[in-house]
Amino acid sequence: MKTASLTGRAAVVSLALLFSLLVAWHLATRDTGTAQRMDPEYAKLMGVTATQGKSAMPGPIDVGAKLWEHLRRPFYDNGPNDKGVGIQLAFSIARVLTGYLLAILVAVPVGFLIGMSPLMSKALDPFIQVLKPISPLAWMPLALYTIKDSSLSAIFVIFICSLWPTLINTAFGVASVRREWLNVAKTLEVGTLRRAFTIILPAAAPTILTGMRISIGIAWLVIVAAEMLVGGTGIGYFVWNEWNNLSITNVITAILVIGIVGMLLDLMLARLTRLVTFPE
Amino acid sequence: MRAVFPADKGRRAFLQSLGASAALAALSQFFPLKTATEIFAAGGPIEKKDLKVGFIPITCATPIIMAKPMAFYEKQGLNVDVIKTAGWAVIRDKTINKEYDAAHMLSPMPLAITMGVGSKSIPYTMPAVENINGQAITLAIKHKDKRDPKDWKGMKFAVPFDFSMHNYLLRYYVAEHGIDPDQDIQIRAVPPPEMVANLRADNIDGFLAPDPVNQRAVYDGVGFIHILSKEIWDRHPCCAFAASKEFVTETPNTYAALLKAIIDATAFAHKPENRKQIAEAIAPANYLNQPVTVVEQVLTGTFADGLGNVKKVPDRIDFDPFPWQSFAIWIMTQMKRWGQIKGDVDYAKIAEEVFLATDTAKLMKEVGLAPPPATSKTLVVMGKTFDPAKPEDYLKSFKIKKVV
Repeated sequence: MKTASLTGRAAVVSLALLFSLLVAWHLATRDTGTAQRMDPEYAKLMGVTATQGKSAMPGPIDVGAKLWEHLRRPFYDNGPNDKGVGIQLAFSIARVLTGYLLAILVAVPVGFLIGMSPLMSKALDPFIQVLKPISPLAWMPLALYTIKDSSLSAIFVIFICSLWPTLINTAFGVASVRREWLNVAKTLEVGTLRRAFTIILPAAAPTILTGMRISIGIAWLVIVAAEMLVGGTGIGYFVWNEWNNLSITNVITAILVIGIVGMLLDLMLARLTRLVTFPE
Repeated sequence: MRAVFPADKGRRAFLQSLGASAALAALSQFFPLKTATEIFAAGGPIEKKDLKVGFIPITCATPIIMAKPMAFYEKQGLNVDVIKTAGWAVIRDKTINKEYDAAHMLSPMPLAITMGVGSKSIPYTMPAVENINGQAITLAIKHKDKRDPKDWKGMKFAVPFDFSMHNYLLRYYVAEHGIDPDQDIQIRAVPPPEMVANLRADNIDGFLAPDPVNQRAVYDGVGFIHILSKEIWDRHPCCAFAASKEFVTETPNTYAALLKAIIDATAFAHKPENRKQIAEAIAPANYLNQPVTVVEQVLTGTFADGLGNVKKVPDRIDFDPFPWQSFAIWIMTQMKRWGQIKGDVDYAKIAEEVFLATDTAKLMKEVGLAPPPATSKTLVVMGKTFDPAKPEDYLKSFKIKKVV
């Protein structure tokens, strides 16, 4: 009962914050400024920001209308350079998931290896330390040059950026499985493989999934930047294309959509983490 | 020899610059002209119907873009997708990677790619210029009293790419006013779509940019047009239609059909009465993604200059496909002037190899245009004459340069 009322009160505060934010935003952008005096023939050639001194920043109502417009027909396809937000999101999500799953396929086994073998841990450490802090986008020119395919390059960039958190968390999780459990396994003469799957994996699973959760977050952060760089398709391209048109309304709409999808991806991983968590 | 250089003047200039035997040896190494003319004569089925052509959303690409909605590609039996691309480096890499069959490039780029400057060396060809003129120097509104380039010391300028006419024209323009572009001002490469946002954010003081960027800066009230590029060099080339030599040799009929569609579209765009209709066709989100009035102002040449005047310059932008080889030679002199290429340059040979003037001339005739009789001509840039036969003398005549 206590928690329910806490959630309820939190929701009220959230809504109040949202409301005041929208009102402040609306008030800040409502000002149309003073109309410039111009020759009508000249004024006809100019945009509203120049003629009426209107702020280039859209208000919440403009953005809401735009958002509704995009959500109403998310899957339109007017040729290769103009597709609906839904299609663009699908492209982005497909890229993220491909790169991410590949990264997990590599990161978890390698993490196990590092966690179980102190020798490998020491030997691979310098490589990981050097490669980890590299901005994923710095790989882009190299990827374009060697892979020779912009779509695969974007996937590669996602792969490389989602690799490290999972790898490091897996190694950490595996290395910090409680000694007693391993000792029990040793007394019972359990083989290495069986030990890995029946004892270490369940014990390290929460840590591994936390790593995977961080990875998907980073992957979603990076895809937008990567797509802005190579263009073509995806939500990042959509942002770039609307920036090209200096349409702040569309850019804000896209930002909202990106945030919501990122949140959903994170929620999914959070659910999974909860499934494998165990009480000590 | 005659097949390669049907025009006497070009042939003579070429022979002079190389020596006849050296010229023949040089020619045997590279393919296109001789075989290309034969291929066109033969004709034949199109090898590849579905093509991808990359473009940057600027009005320079007008013929490449409009050929899609206005069905110029279809007319040649091609199914072309025109793909919007984020920047010049990306369009270069995607074309080199063969994701694109051909692409909209800046006319210095095929030269740079062929010479291996700024990328690996791949033989490239440029069979058609897209547009002539159509660029401008735009300054931020706050500089509206600084109309003399001598006052520009310390200012930051943007150009679309290092290997662009914009870079060379801006450098040429300020150098003529006694400003050293490497010492006195800062020039950086910014993709055209990001320029207005940067100008508004005060990251740059101005740019020499392709349209509709200049007009968009005016439309949004952040900049004014200081000078049109036409006033620096009237009828200068800017963007180009480019393809790898491999595409030309391996799919000659496709190449011929594609080039014909482009030249046909260019001829259509050349006529002032068609410009409004073109503006409407290329302004939507699929192509330039700009307000129609902005594109229309660029194409019709009746535009607001950002200082309260309406100007009428019908040839603010014009379309003429002919790839004058003297253009290529001028570009190479500027590449050398600013240290992008070093050592001896075989100007005439590279110009012949990349700027495929003979192909263009033949196709121009087919679509009812009159190609010029020569492939080279004398140019005048800011009142100074350039003789394509004497590029080194021209280079020596500049006081401000970076040649070591």
